[in-house]
Amino acid sequence: MSSWVLYALSGMAMFSVGLVGLFAHRHVVKRILASNIMGSGVLLVLVALARRVPSGAPDPIPHALVLTGIVVSVSSTALGVALARRISRLQSTESDSSRSSPEGP
Amino acid sequence: MMDALLDGGLALSLPFLAWLVLHTEALSQAVVLFVAMGLMSALAWARLEAPDIALVEAAVGTGLTGALLMHTLSWTEETAPEAHTRATRWVWDILAASALTGVLGWAVLALPADSLGLGPEVTARLADSGVEHPVTAVLLNFRGYDTLLEIAVLLVAALGARAVNPRTERPSLETEDDPLTGELFRMMTPAVLLLAGYLVWVGAHGPGGAFQAGAILAGGGVVAILTTRLGTPRMSSRRVRWALLMGPLLFVAVAVAPLFRGGRLLEFPPHLAGTLIFVVELALTVTITLVLLMFFPGVRPPKVEREGTP
Repeated sequence: MSSWVLYALSGMAMFSVGLVGLFAHRHVVKRILASNIMGSGVLLVLVALARRVPSGAPDPIPHALVLTGIVVSVSSTALGVALARRISRLQSTESDSSRSSPEGP
Repeated sequence: MMDALLDGGLALSLPFLAWLVLHTEALSQAVVLFVAMGLMSALAWARLEAPDIALVEAAVGTGLTGALLMHTLSWTEETAPEAHTRATRWVWDILAASALTGVLGWAVLALPADSLGLGPEVTARLADSGVEHPVTAVLLNFRGYDTLLEIAVLLVAALGARAVNPRTERPSLETEDDPLTGELFRMMTPAVLLLAGYLVWVGAHGPGGAFQAGAILAGGGVVAILTTRLGTPRMSSRRVRWALLMGPLLFVAVAVAPLFRGGRLLEFPPHLAGTLIFVVELALTVTITLVLLMFFPGVRPPKVEREGTP
């Protein structure tokens, strides 16, 4: 078995683990992690496929796509994290006010 | 033999680490495992002869994402509430994941094996692109649309993150009293600047370029935010806005300029292509650094005064 097959299978296994995790977990941070893992899996498959032709240098087009993909996945993670922070802030103010309002400050 | 062993070990450890990330109970442990997984995949990419991607993965995918996720943990509770699951659900998870892997693997391995891809096409036209490194040629000349739109995605994400949490957290005061961290930052700064400059310059000939350089600068910036009194760059400052827009605006200008001479969008004249690509990459480095820095929410204020609501 050539090494690209190995890495392609590994990438697909990562994607599957991430997808199952995305459905299985309800916590926001776990879901962000799961979607990141899915992304890494897809990128690994792409880079492995770039290595498919045994002779010569790897195909540069998937490499460029993967570079773009990593940057886009970081931005989506950052947006997700910002939303998570907002949610937890809203929830904590909500619980604070509901806890403190009957008994005063 | 050693190569096969290394490849096999890496290929096995990646999905296993992914599994561990999603099934540990403590979130901080999950994030640490996630960083380990990122470093392993950087190794895998080095093994697949993709040094550009290994660089970006180590700096952005692992370093900055790990820092962001670690930082988020201080806002959320430590243990995921539904983590105490029964063992039977694990079995179902494993079954579902393996079935999905099987179907996907069958689909990918059934691809025609004799297609050469676009590699030969890129090599044939590399001389016209103005740079010598095929990945840079694809990113900034042959598929310039991708990079242009990628910058747009980065800007939109930074704007979105700022719109959701408009208040920048002021750094707490005890961080500046630590002599060790300040000294570390002072020692690190010249090395970071030198490395970033080298990466932008080398992008034309070998692995490197705007994203790698921007990621390294942003990493230095995150250390600065954490160890000194610097806050995150504020969107309200006019200088920050201009620096943010410099990369995209310059890129759009370079992309549109050929239209006035009867050319096509993003069509660089061959004798100027090398210079134009370098200038665009420099401007993009500034924008990427700032955007990645603005993703970082700054130092969390002490817990007592976190909620200023009456």
